[in-house]
Parts: sequence; structure tokens; C-alpha cells
Amino acid sequence: MAFEASPSRTRIRMADTADIVIIGAGPAGMAAAIVARRHGATVVLLDEQPAAGGQIYRGIMSAPLQRLNVLGPDYEAGAELAREFALSGARHITGAAVWQVTGDRHVHYLRNGCVRSIRAGRVLLCTGAMERPFPMPGWTLPGVMTGGAAQILLKGSGMAPSQPVVLAGCGPLLYLLGWQYLRAGVPIAAIVDTTGRSDYRHALRHARGALAGWRYLKKGLGLMAALKSSGVPFYKGATDLHVLGDKRARGLGFVSGGRTRKVESPLILLHQGVVPNTQFSWSLRARHRWDESQLCWAPVTNEWGELDVAGIFVAGDSGGIGGARVAALQGELAGLAAVTQLGKLAAHTRDALAAPLRAEVRKNLFIRPFLDALYRPKRANRIPADRTVVCRCEEVTAGDIRGYVSLGCIGPNQVKSFGRCGMGPCQGRQCGLTVTEIIADARGVAPGETGYFRIRPPIKPITLGELANEA
Amino acid sequence: MSTDPLFVPLARAGASAMPTVAITLNGEALQVPVASSVAAALLATGVRRFRNSPVSGEARAPYCMMGVCFECLLEIDGTPNRQSCLVSLEAGMCIRTQDGLRDLLAEACDPALALARALEASHGL
Amino acid sequence: MMNVSDTIVIGGGLVGCAVAYGLARQGASVTMLDEGDLAFRAARGNFGLVWVQGKGFGSAPYARWTRSSAKLWPRLALDLMEESGVDVCLEQPGGLWFTFSDEEHEQRRIVMQGIQDDLEGDYPFEMLGRQDVLARAPALGRAVIGASYLPLDGHANPLKLLRALHTANLRRGVRYVSGQPVDTIVPQQCAEASLFTVQSRWQAPRVVLAAGLGNRHLAQQVGLYAPVVPNRGQVLIGERCARFLDYPTLFVRQTDEGTVQIGDSMEEVGFNDEVTTDVLADIARRAVRTFPVLSGLRIVRAWGALRILSPDGLPIYEESRRYPGAFVASCHSGVTLAAAHAFHLARWVGGAPLPDECTAFGGERFLTPHDQLRHVH
Repeated sequence: MAFEASPSRTRIRMADTADIVIIGAGPAGMAAAIVARRHGATVVLLDEQPAAGGQIYRGIMSAPLQRLNVLGPDYEAGAELAREFALSGARHITGAAVWQVTGDRHVHYLRNGCVRSIRAGRVLLCTGAMERPFPMPGWTLPGVMTGGAAQILLKGSGMAPSQPVVLAGCGPLLYLLGWQYLRAGVPIAAIVDTTGRSDYRHALRHARGALAGWRYLKKGLGLMAALKSSGVPFYKGATDLHVLGDKRARGLGFVSGGRTRKVESPLILLHQGVVPNTQFSWSLRARHRWDESQLCWAPVTNEWGELDVAGIFVAGDSGGIGGARVAALQGELAGLAAVTQLGKLAAHTRDALAAPLRAEVRKNLFIRPFLDALYRPKRANRIPADRTVVCRCEEVTAGDIRGYVSLGCIGPNQVKSFGRCGMGPCQGRQCGLTVTEIIADARGVAPGETGYFRIRPPIKPITLGELANEA
Repeated sequence: MSTDPLFVPLARAGASAMPTVAITLNGEALQVPVASSVAAALLATGVRRFRNSPVSGEARAPYCMMGVCFECLLEIDGTPNRQSCLVSLEAGMCIRTQDGLRDLLAEACDPALALARALEASHGL
Repeated sequence: MMNVSDTIVIGGGLVGCAVAYGLARQGASVTMLDEGDLAFRAARGNFGLVWVQGKGFGSAPYARWTRSSAKLWPRLALDLMEESGVDVCLEQPGGLWFTFSDEEHEQRRIVMQGIQDDLEGDYPFEMLGRQDVLARAPALGRAVIGASYLPLDGHANPLKLLRALHTANLRRGVRYVSGQPVDTIVPQQCAEASLFTVQSRWQAPRVVLAAGLGNRHLAQQVGLYAPVVPNRGQVLIGERCARFLDYPTLFVRQTDEGTVQIGDSMEEVGFNDEVTTDVLADIARRAVRTFPVLSGLRIVRAWGALRILSPDGLPIYEESRRYPGAFVASCHSGVTLAAAHAFHLARWVGGAPLPDECTAFGGERFLTPHDQLRHVH
């Protein structure tokens, strides 16, 4: 007998309350917490990791000097933020997997097998970015990892490749990783860059922005120069990337300079940019828009980062890729807006404090259009050939997806129900963007019109027993 | 049969030995480098395969190291399908590669049976 | 330019697809109009049961209709496999309905006996004691004292069923139009023939309303009455695991994929398919009480979906008297009744007499007083 709606149904006891609950301990989350505490709000910050820093400043509190030297000055800049956060008086709950945020701002999380919930005055989603999927033949083989994974191993555990490694893809983080490896004496078998001459041409249209961000550009050019003069084999304009190997990765095949090439390595690091981690914002049914220059979905927010779901804000890369400095500034802005809404700050004071922050955000974002154009991931690496696996969890290929479109499916949810892509443990994180773009491409409509998977809780897995205890 | 690890700790100037921690992997005792997660430690030990895909049976290993890809699933201290890149390494941990689907009946009825079954499976070394 | 076919089916869910399939088998040219990617779609939110036991208590026609569909289901599965290449994974090992107290057990026995009497004994149910249930479901917890068992019960993969029907329909020349919500049907009644114009673009002498919750509004335009309301069910999906349950039950079943489906609730919350933590917690607690081994099972996803419920919970099948050629087909068991829809109901739309059992399911029955909302399982 199914349950009838009844007045004696379970009431979830909200064990905890806080003025502001922040999800994510990266630059956005830490900056928001600092500002909120400064204006007297009670703050709880929930994060999965054992220490603050998010991904970009991972391990910052415990990094030895030698590692700081390898990782470079931008990483080290995170230490100051992390220190200030540690002193802010925010309640930092580590090892917390948030599995649901409701529209009326109840935050449910799991920690050490125990379920907890907090009723929040305001919620700040600072869940950052994740690697853009990079589907290619063989990308599911053991030994294929992301550039971000390699950085996590470097920052979090001080580990680097033992054998000559292949770095493939495009974007500043790829070159940064290569540079960091050079400094650490890690052998690099090859850098396989998918950026081609046409990308430079397209990027030049945004040259003005590039010049405005010249400091950033100069840093980047310095990186590239170091890489190119290091003697590491550097292939440009690479296409037809595919991982070689049967049971595990043995190398990377590709075409560059008109020639077919092969580089051997048991470790292939792929990276073609990062994209917002939008699981929470989608699960709240907040409006999203397709960003054609960043080729990803971004939640629609007002100038403070507030979603069209009242009282819930987004700050940092999870609202659109802007980098660590912008993330921290957006965290401050959202924090200011949240404390004002809670009556702890006057609106005019908030606006006065916000003005210089906005100016700096603008300044830091000048370079974005240039970077987005220069490192725009190639179509073939986002909308792959039929035989390439798109959904890693359920092993659904691009050809399968196109087949469902010809059966009449017009969107990702119909395709998902026919083919299971997006139904696995990762719930679309690794395949969602690809599925949207393949359907849009097959139908000849814009990705924005095609839509995205319906994202549902639990955002992180919770066991039946743990859920049963939620009362 | 041992395999070269894909990752190793960065050499430390003046260090004599890398700190390690004792765990068991698929029933065998193993010394693994101290690392911030179980996944990192195993990658630095030469484990190349963490699990098999439940759909095709193909070998899988960590991909993202940040908890979004769900490839690094391992059985840790009796709990299957844990995201090992999010689990802190602790001495004495009992780790098994996630070979095949978890077996609820076996877990509930007979822990020794579950152990025996897992020992039969090939592990990642 | 008008698009003309023999029949327009409004709604691309399980009811619409099954009826379209049956019509296509009769050689009719069919156009199916379906909403977009984010429509409510009960076809995507159901439990996948091909379920007979308990249904039709107090309504012998419904019990008969349900039973006839379950008996036809193997044929549907086979035909779909042949025509589409998709295996819908039908299993009919019989189903278990658990009882947790002697009182409940006895009440259940009375229900099952009542249906058996209505069906003149052709209803081979068994009341099982705890040991017999345990033999079939070794994962059972101590709280369960018995169960009713009916060998006719089973389950299938509802998403594969939808895909199989779609594929078979396409191969039979059914025209499927997605992203085409329908809110206007204009009927024309000439001396001999009828003609329906849908959304000013699609025309046919026959139109079938299979639009689920949308039928309420559409029915009025063609002289039919289908007072359906949404009823929310929330469901949890557990990770794949080795087979631990061989029999479908009403609120736990293990799918052909190995995932575990755990439900459900019945809530009157309007057009709201969100999930709520309190109901999910209740569902989880009941599942763990029934099968303690599930306690460590990881939940991958939770969803809510809207059932299409008529005031008495029974189907609505009717041809408009005012506008012959307009049909309404509505039920909340689109999986169980898929075979009956494909083989029997489609023939009725094609001009054959309405199956005997279905004469009780006219929409006009709700226009009389003393309607009651009853849950039929």
C-alpha cells in the first residue's frame, strides 16, 4: 500500500540554523564567509574536503615551501585568503557532502555517515568549476586523467608523474601544469596543443581585452616561452586525438602539422578548459542560459549573484568561469548582498563597498573574451564521432545519442530515458554538456534551446539507511 | 606482478625515506605513500585498475580526482563503492578493488563469504 | 498546409504509443503529437510494474481488464522485440504484497478473495506465511509476517517499453512530432464524416486523447469528460547491485539493469513533481524495514512524477457521442495496460466495438453524484 498524504507524516527536524550557509571552501566561499562574518552574520561553510582552499588552492594550508615554489605565486596568494578565513569565526564543517539544497533554503548534508540539516537565512553556492568533458576514443582507459586531477595530486599530495607524461588539449591551466612540471623536473613526453592558427586569428578580435589584461597575458606568454624553450616536444593545431591502448593507456595518437603522430606514455592528461559546476543550481530549477563564448551553461543571476530562486546566491566559477580572483570578489559581493538582505547592513553602505569590487571584477574579466576565443575547445572534441563514448558511467556513445534524436527525441531528458546517458553515479557531470551539444548539433538548433538534464537530489550519494535517519 | 606507479612523491631535498602507511589491498599487506586520499596513495603504489565498469566490465581508474567522475570507486573497510579520492588515507585500512556489483545479500549474511569472493578477483597490481 | 492522416494521437507516452502501435498494425496512418523535453510524462515516472493483484476490488471489469492485459503482455513483448529489436525485459514471476500484521494479512485476504469471487475463481492468488515469503525473498526483514502472491504479476523496463513502442511505430510509418503541445482541437461534424483539426495544422477523421493530465482540458473540446487530477509519487533509485530480489513488489523492485527502485507515495500537491525530504525519508524507512539489507544501498537519484488519477482511480475510455471519432484514453497503469491498449483498445479506435470490460469506464460516469476517490491498489 502506498503512502497517503497524512498530517502525521514525518517532519524533518532542522537541527541547526545559520544566517548564511556557504557551500564550497574555494576563493568564492572563503571570501564570502569573511565578509559575512565581518558584518556580524552567523556563517556555516560546508565543504567536502578536509581543508579549505577548494580546487585551485587545494592543500594551501599545508603546502611545504618546495611545493609552493613549484606551484607558483598565484597559488601562494591563496594562503592569505585561507588564513583570513580561518580567523573569521565562520563555522567550517569539513568532510561534508551536501546532498540537497531546497528552494526554501534547507541545506541537507552527510558527514561521517550522519545526516544533518541546516535552515539557512541565505545560501551561497560556491561550488566552483570542474573539467570540461574531453571525449575521445579511449578516454575511459585507466591512465587517462584530467589536467585538474594532476594538479590535485600535485597540490594535495605533492605527487607528480613518474614517467614521461603527455599533456593534451588547450587552455591556460594546461600550460600552467606543464610549467609546474618543468620546475619540478617532471619528464614531459609531449604537449599536444589543440590550439591552431585560426584560434589566434579569432582571439585577435578581442585583442583590446587582452591588452587590458596585459599582466595576465604577460604571465601566460612567459609560461609558454618557458615551455617552448624547454625542449619538450610541442605539437600545435592537433586534431584527431585518440588514446592508444587496449586495457590501459599506452599513448596518444593525433594529427599535427599534416602528419599522423604517436607519443607513448602510460599517463595521458587531458584538459580543454573548465566549466561551472551547476548541479545545485539546476536542481533548484533556477533559470540557466547557454553561454556561447564559454560553451557551457551558466545560472542566470542578478548583479549580486542571486538566482531567480529567492535568497540563494551563486559566486565564483559555478556562475561562470572567471578565475580565482574574480571568484573571491564575487564571493564578497554575494556576501554583502546576503547580509544586507538579512538586515545587518544598510543598502547604501553595501553599494559603496561594492563599487570598487565591481570595478576590479570588470578589470579582471577584460581578458576573458580573448581567452575564451583563443582556447575555445574544438568542435570535434565537444561533439565527437559516433563511436566515442559520451556517457562514461553508462557507456553511451555519440552515435547512440544521435540515434535517439532520429527516433524523435528533441532534448536531453528524452534521450536519457531512451539511452540511460546521465543516469549513472555521476548524474550527468561528465556527459551533460556533450549530450546537449550533440542533440543541438543533430537537430540544427541552438544548445540554449535544447536544454539540459533534469538534475535531482541527492547531489551526492546518500544511503537508504542514512536517508531513513533524516527525521 | 608489480607495475610502475603513474605518480610518485616529488623528491624532497635531504629526505631519507618517503613516509608510508600500512594498509591491505585485496587481502595483501601493502605499504603506500602518505597521500591526501586513498586514490592518490594507490596511484602512487602502482594500482592501475580500481574497478570494472558494471556495464561493460572494462577496467576503470581515477579520472578527475575531485569527486565528480565516480571512477575511483573502491570498497573501503567493508563499504563498497566509495569515492576513494574523497576518503582520507588511514593506517590499517582494508581496501578492495570494486570488482563487479556489490552483493547486498553477501554483505549482510556472511562477511567471510564476501571476503572470500573478493580474494578470487584479480586486483590492480 | 494541412497535415492529414487517418488518426491523430495526442500524447506520446505509454498510452498514446501503445494505441498508435495497435492502429499502425491495422494499417492506419497515424500522426502522434507530443510535448517537449521537460513535459511531465508519467511514461518516464512510473514503477514499471505489470501488476494485477489487488486491482479491481469492487470493480470486476477493472480486474478483468487488468488480467487480460497481463496475459497478453508476453505477446506484446515478443512482437516489440521482433519489430524494434528492443527487449523490454518482461518478467512475470508473480508479485508479492507484504503484510506486517495479522490484521493486515486478513484484510488483504478478504480483498483478494473478493476479487477472485468476482472473477469466478480465475484468479489464482495465494496467501503466504512468513516462511514461504522468505523462500521467495531471502532478503526479507523480520517485520514482514506474510504476503499475498499472484502468479500473474510481473514487471518490465518501462523506458525500454517506450523506446520499443517508438521504434516499432516509426518502422510502421507512424509520424511522430515532438515539441508539439496541443491545446486546441476543432471538431467538424458533417453528415457522414467527422473531421478534427488540431492546432490548426493537423487533421484527421479520428483523434485519440492520450495526453495524460492534458486530457482534462482537451476532452471538453470534443464533447468528452475526463476529470483527471495529478497525484504525485516520489521514488528513490538505488545503485546497481547483484541480484537480491527476484520478485516485483509494490514498493521495492530490482530492475533488469540491477538498480533498485524504491517507492512510493501518493500525494495531492497539484502539478508539482519535486521531491521532499520528509516523504523520501518515510519511503527509505519503509524500505529498510522490509529489506534491512538495503540500509547501505547508495541512492543515486530521487524523482517525483505525477499519476493521472480519475476520481475513482479507474480508467476512462470513451468515444464522444457528440463528435464521433474523438476518443479519450486515460489510466494510471500505462505499463500494465500497455498490451490491452495495443491489442484491444486500438481496435476499438479503429471501429471495433468497445471491449466488454471497458463499457464501465466511460467518462460520463463521473457526471453522476456519489463519486469517491478510491485507491485501487
